[in-house]
Amino acid sequence: MFSVFRDLLRYNVEFLIGVVLVGFITIFACLSFFAPMEPAMVYVVPPDQPPSWQFWFGTNSRGQDMFWQLTDAFWNSLTFGLTVAVISRIISIVIGMMAGYLGGIFDRVFMFFADIFVAIPIFPILILFYFVLRSDLNSFNLALVMACFGWPYDARLIRTVALGLRHREFTRQAVFAGMSPVKIMFEEHLPYVMPIIFSTAMANMIWSIGLEVTLAVLGFTNITIPTVGTTLFWANNHSALIVGIWWWILIPVVLLVMMFIGLFLLAVSMNEYIDPRSRLRRMGA
Amino acid sequence: MKAYFLFALKRLLQLFAVCFAGISAAFFISHLSPISPVDSIIGRVSGRSTYSPEAIRALRATMTELFGLDVPLWQQYLNFWGRFVTGDLGPSLLAFPTPALRLVMIALPWTFGLLTATIIINWLIGNILGGLAGYYQNNRFLKAFGIVAIGLQPIPHYIVAFLMVILFGFLWPILPISGGFAMNVRVAWTPEFVLSVLHYALLPALSLVLVGIGTWFLGMRALVSNIVTEDYVTYAELAGVKRPTILFAYVIRNAMIPQLTSLAMTLGLIFSGTIIIEQVFSYPGLGTLLVRAVNEGDTTVVLAVSSIAIIAVATAIFIIDLLHPIFDPRVRVE
Repeated sequence: MFSVFRDLLRYNVEFLIGVVLVGFITIFACLSFFAPMEPAMVYVVPPDQPPSWQFWFGTNSRGQDMFWQLTDAFWNSLTFGLTVAVISRIISIVIGMMAGYLGGIFDRVFMFFADIFVAIPIFPILILFYFVLRSDLNSFNLALVMACFGWPYDARLIRTVALGLRHREFTRQAVFAGMSPVKIMFEEHLPYVMPIIFSTAMANMIWSIGLEVTLAVLGFTNITIPTVGTTLFWANNHSALIVGIWWWILIPVVLLVMMFIGLFLLAVSMNEYIDPRSRLRRMGA
Repeated sequence: MKAYFLFALKRLLQLFAVCFAGISAAFFISHLSPISPVDSIIGRVSGRSTYSPEAIRALRATMTELFGLDVPLWQQYLNFWGRFVTGDLGPSLLAFPTPALRLVMIALPWTFGLLTATIIINWLIGNILGGLAGYYQNNRFLKAFGIVAIGLQPIPHYIVAFLMVILFGFLWPILPISGGFAMNVRVAWTPEFVLSVLHYALLPALSLVLVGIGTWFLGMRALVSNIVTEDYVTYAELAGVKRPTILFAYVIRNAMIPQLTSLAMTLGLIFSGTIIIEQVFSYPGLGTLLVRAVNEGDTTVVLAVSSIAIIAVATAIFIIDLLHPIFDPRVRVE
């Protein structure tokens, strides 16, 4: 595990940049625990102050210190993305491995459902959820709904790997030695699937955080929870751009873009690492 | 040919399954909600002025009957499908009593046009450039394009569209940032109207291209850079086959197949992106209609837009699947 990480850092400049960017955003988000005030509170500092030594990222028209407000916003967005990623990973691992290893009717039924889920456009469905739940649509409910839509593509990838593993020598050994299918799947096959799980988790986080931002900007989530999306929602709501409070929009967008590029670079470089041909080319062999 | 028909039949079944599952999900989500549309309407009506309790009760009874909520849920579900297959999705509340379906049908061509045009641009140009980048790996221009693509591709549609509005709407106002065509142009098939539509579509389309083209470019580059190490490519090179022939007939053609599958699989996502971009630019398509309907609390229009969106995306995926055998001869034989 550690040596993989070292190799990636040494041979893959994209991975290095990704680690730096994501690490920076993660540290920034963790600062929210040291915030001197409750980030959701309004009118605690003088409004509309440009960035200065006292207020690093300025203050917004709602009287919030942008620096501390954004640390909390990024913390919430990151935990949201992680929640979706973890839940949908669990679904995709269980379904992908079962479909691949057990095959037959399992395979056909699961993949049939996967194909249905892939084809349904999620954005109208999410809006529908907001439409019925309104402000009851908190981050966790939204994460749960999105996790239910985030698994099929990755389950297919995992299934392909599991299909290949089924006919390998060691699997037959394990079967003859009397290992149960569940044990084979999760003790013998899971390590082979792990790299895919990591790289798809990053892609999944980009997808879920991006959708959350979009929904929040339109005002279709609980807008009292500070996330990156709701920050932009309030900025638009107060016409920040027209009033000239550019830091209210520019700083979150720049940080957000940094986070997305970081996650994307991690996903791409891990993907490349999975494929031995491109890995060898990268190492100059 | 028989194999192809079987293949098409299987896909057709899948199309029906997707439409059925998706629309049923949309129905149940909108009907299992704890907030009934009747209550929200009564809340809005009685919020402005006071009515007698009898009047409210009468209104509630009328509305419940109008929405067909006075029967059990399974009955409502059957009724819904019964009306759905005849094309009756109920009246809209936004523009009562215009049928919700008509509002959707007015908006659909705009979304369809924007989506089709940008998908074709993105897919073709992204794949060709990506193929070239995978084959000529030392080309500076293609390398630079790859870096730009990596930078733009992960950014959500909304943010890119928003930056476009800031750039071309506030900082350097040269392009229209809102609407589908100029206000002073009459809607008819005149050159003036068509030009105006194209002019107004420039920014939404540009945003979609900026976000979308990178996916295909990067995917194709990765695929091609793996295919060029295959033995048959080396053999073709040694045998003196012309490089453009190798690239287009041997390499890109093979890489097109997974790219086509991937287009079918990401179409739902691309559609979601498009309706967001429409909303940013107030483009008169499905996205703008959907957001307006949600803000106005119009259940029938929200359900109608979702259903039509599900059908449209599923049908598009079906058509792409049917195109598969053109690129992949194996599908024809099997």
